[in-house]
Amino acid sequence: MATTERDEAGLIARILAGQKELFHELIRPYERMVYMTVFSIVRNETDAEDCAQDTMVNAYRHLGKFRGEAKFSTWLATIAVNEGRQKLRKAKRAKEDSLDEPIEGDDQQITPAPLTDWREIPLEALERKELRETLRTAVAELPGIYRQIFTLRDLEELNVAETAAALHINENMVKVRLHRARMMLQKRLAPYLKTTARAKKEFWRRMPWN
Amino acid sequence: MELNCKHVWAYISDYIDDSVPPELREEIERHLEHCEICSAILDSTRNILVLTGDDRTFELPVGYSERLHERLARELADETNAPTTG
Repeated sequence: MATTERDEAGLIARILAGQKELFHELIRPYERMVYMTVFSIVRNETDAEDCAQDTMVNAYRHLGKFRGEAKFSTWLATIAVNEGRQKLRKAKRAKEDSLDEPIEGDDQQITPAPLTDWREIPLEALERKELRETLRTAVAELPGIYRQIFTLRDLEELNVAETAAALHINENMVKVRLHRARMMLQKRLAPYLKTTARAKKEFWRRMPWN
Repeated sequence: MELNCKHVWAYISDYIDDSVPPELREEIERHLEHCEICSAILDSTRNILVLTGDDRTFELPVGYSERLHERLARELADETNAPTTG
């Protein structure tokens, strides 16, 4: 979201002064962020698209309330999170994927999976479609609270403060949960890579569990 | 203090985000120099993040942007929905 060179405050002022067509331009850089944010909450494409549209419509209707204390993108992300959560509640799926209850074992250490050296293979491996598919599935299967943080931080590259604001949690919790999310994904994807990477025999022989 | 692997794992995420204090960073780097296990874990985690940032990994539905702007056009056309500064 490299939009710092855009004069968003100016755009917003012009929209509020009546040049409402400019709203299309204002939100264009954030279409992806809004979709991915709501998708991380509602987890299906149809609901996510509805929510993304509702987010933008609500942002338009309430644009006058945006005071510029936060970045516009953060404000938008906050609306998106709220839209997603509302949708989830309406769908009565809130129970199975609770947003508010603390996840047990939040302070528990996740042990990453040791694996062969990725440095030997990254380019060709990262080009593989299956690997992207595996990552998509792994992210989709993360518990909600981790999936949302991972999406905002690592997919949409919001910073820690922005993520904390959008999700209404403190910054330390963002860091702790992001760490856990990343380690869960590392653990999940490591075996997949291990089978496809050319194992360095020397390296594996020296591993402590052999 | 000599860091062991478990210590390093606990800081991997902060290390990637460059949010560990300089002294700790140095210690982690000293450990990484001689520990292939931790280096591989660090690299694999980084690669997951690279892959995550690749727009082909998490794609938008086809036509999403068009449908979004169509909806907004309808919204904008309706004067009653115009934003107020209040």
